[in-house]
Amino acid sequence: MASEEMEQLVRREYKEGFVTDIESDTVPPGLDENTIAFISKKKGEPEWMLEWRLKAYQQWLKMTPPSWAHLDYPPIDYQAISYYSAPKRDEDRPQSLDEVDPKLLETYEKLGIPLHERAALAGVAVDAVFDSVSVTTTFKEKLHEAGVIFCSMSEAIRDYPELVKQYLGSVVPQGDNYFAALNSAVFTDGSFVFVPEGVTCPMELSTYFRINERNTGQFERTLIVCESRAQVSYLEGCTAPQRDENQLHAAVVELVALEDAYIKYSTVQNWYPGDEDGKGGIYNFVTKRGDCRGDRSRISWTQVETGSAITWKYPSCVLRGKHSIGEFYSVAVTNGRQQADTGTKMIHIGEGTRSTIVSKGISAGRADQSYRGLVKVGPRAKNARNFTQCDSLLIGDQCGAHTFPYQEIGNSTATVEHEATTSKIGEDQLFYCQSRGISEEDAVSMIVNGFCKDVFQELPMEFAVEAEALLNVTLEGAVG
Amino acid sequence: MLEVKDLHVTVEGQEILKGLDLTINAGEVHAIMGPNGAGKSTLSAVIAGKEGYEVTQGSITFEGKDVLEMEVEERAQAGLLLGFQYPVEIPGVKNIYLLKAALNAQREARGEGEMPAPEFMKLIKEKIAFMKMDPSFLQRAVNEGFSGGEKKRNEILQMLVLQPRLAMLDEIDSGLDIDAMRVVAEGINSLRSEERGVLLVTHYQRLLDFVVPDQVHVLVDGRIAKSGDADLARELEARGYDWVVEESAA
Repeated sequence: MASEEMEQLVRREYKEGFVTDIESDTVPPGLDENTIAFISKKKGEPEWMLEWRLKAYQQWLKMTPPSWAHLDYPPIDYQAISYYSAPKRDEDRPQSLDEVDPKLLETYEKLGIPLHERAALAGVAVDAVFDSVSVTTTFKEKLHEAGVIFCSMSEAIRDYPELVKQYLGSVVPQGDNYFAALNSAVFTDGSFVFVPEGVTCPMELSTYFRINERNTGQFERTLIVCESRAQVSYLEGCTAPQRDENQLHAAVVELVALEDAYIKYSTVQNWYPGDEDGKGGIYNFVTKRGDCRGDRSRISWTQVETGSAITWKYPSCVLRGKHSIGEFYSVAVTNGRQQADTGTKMIHIGEGTRSTIVSKGISAGRADQSYRGLVKVGPRAKNARNFTQCDSLLIGDQCGAHTFPYQEIGNSTATVEHEATTSKIGEDQLFYCQSRGISEEDAVSMIVNGFCKDVFQELPMEFAVEAEALLNVTLEGAVG
Repeated sequence: MLEVKDLHVTVEGQEILKGLDLTINAGEVHAIMGPNGAGKSTLSAVIAGKEGYEVTQGSITFEGKDVLEMEVEERAQAGLLLGFQYPVEIPGVKNIYLLKAALNAQREARGEGEMPAPEFMKLIKEKIAFMKMDPSFLQRAVNEGFSGGEKKRNEILQMLVLQPRLAMLDEIDSGLDIDAMRVVAEGINSLRSEERGVLLVTHYQRLLDFVVPDQVHVLVDGRIAKSGDADLARELEARGYDWVVEESAA
């Protein structure tokens, strides 16, 4: 785009204000400083934010995409991507469920998604059918009373600039890795949570409540801060398959836990995995990291990953505070042509820090999956302890599972345990269940859910139930 | 109720059963005995529908239905139940969950619908007490970390809950001490009735002191070489199998 046009756009936008006029625009594909300036203006950001983004961009330019992951995909043309597109207008979206792909609806049905949410998820002009406003209002009031801030990242930049300045990028710096740098330069929105000292957030925070903020998924930026003795449980994503026109997703999530704080972050990810040949599926390159900054703080990641064509994701914990605790519970399912390289990093810095890793990988069809985990114990982390359990389950004989555990132990007082198993879904187990009268499909789901139980029990109740249903749908037809 | 005619079965290209005939009527308990490698376990596995066993000749019918045409779960739903010599572990799946899923799958196949939860709990409590098992078993993962004897009791517990028309028990007595043997035998005996049949596959006569069979068959080299009543089992215990093998070779 010529710079005068750009300028024009920006000026017009500025004149009309950032709240109302979001109609016109999608920037043409390509990424340069102008694009970033456009996004920043579009979002009505202050100067410091733009500078922050540009600094990230400069770092990104000097970086190359990581090639160490056990993933196979064609090189991504970053100049062919459009980095900003406004939400579709209601008139351009399906007006009712009758206009939505019946196959998608069938899946919602199987997952037991309530009717009004189905409409929202399928991209129907929701506000007509779903009274999201009232729900949001009651719940915002409750949070406000408790002193908890929960808003979009754009709002946070506008309304709480000091907090954002203090914490944004403090866990995942702009130049942390290729995808984090890209995200820092071009992120469009995300969530911001701030729980003040001593407050236990009165409800589980869910992105469900932001269901009508569409099309912000591509480069999402999330920041959660818990002050001393504060606690929050945050749920990201939902079990319903989500379609998105944007193939590349590169989110960044930063968690900060001060003294005695506890953050529990649960994810259910079910992005479109592509067709049978893996075409059109989402590439999901995510950087998630929690900083246990205060003594005795605790950060717990629980994830159920079933979607995307490619998943590159390692939710990690930096255990800085003395006696802080990091946890990672993961179920990753790959079917069809899906590929996943996922795991965690536990960086023990403080004394007496503890970490637990439980990873369950399930591979079916022609999918390929890797667990990649790093446990690093620094010289000051006296008596640090880690327990890792990493199990893979194979369904069929065309899929793959790989385990890459790394340990860097710089302290002789550390205790590090690693257990790993790979098993094929037992013909014997299937036969046993079937010989009791249980159908093959039910037997598979029973065995798989049993395999994942250690992780599912870490999920908040409703999420766990949904996750089980999701697993069954994902693995439908995987056997036989 | 069960009719096996001229059954030939190969496993990995090797013929294990070579023309086996067996008829079990309702109300009867049959014991299949024989030396190791004679094909005892193959018979019950083929009837239950285990993969990897190729029937090259012959037929199996159960209450007039062609068993070989049925899926594994359909055979179970029709009332055929296999008790395993080595029951597998299924981590993370609670015993009580498996029992409930199995019972309800069978009831649904019979058009009876799910058993209401209170009724189910009552049934389970009764059966688990009968098997002298601790109720905590129900909350443990299927067979995980069970001792050999506990696994076998669990097999019988499942049988008591599912109430099969024909129970096939493969070496249910192996690895049992005498007390466990008694409990298992009582479980089997409690199932005996005019409408039901039992097929015991066993290497030793010991179990047959507790569960007295109506007929005993000696399986040698893929065929039934000799049949008799409970006395035959005692004779085998005293004399071993060699004389039957020789007799059948002659």
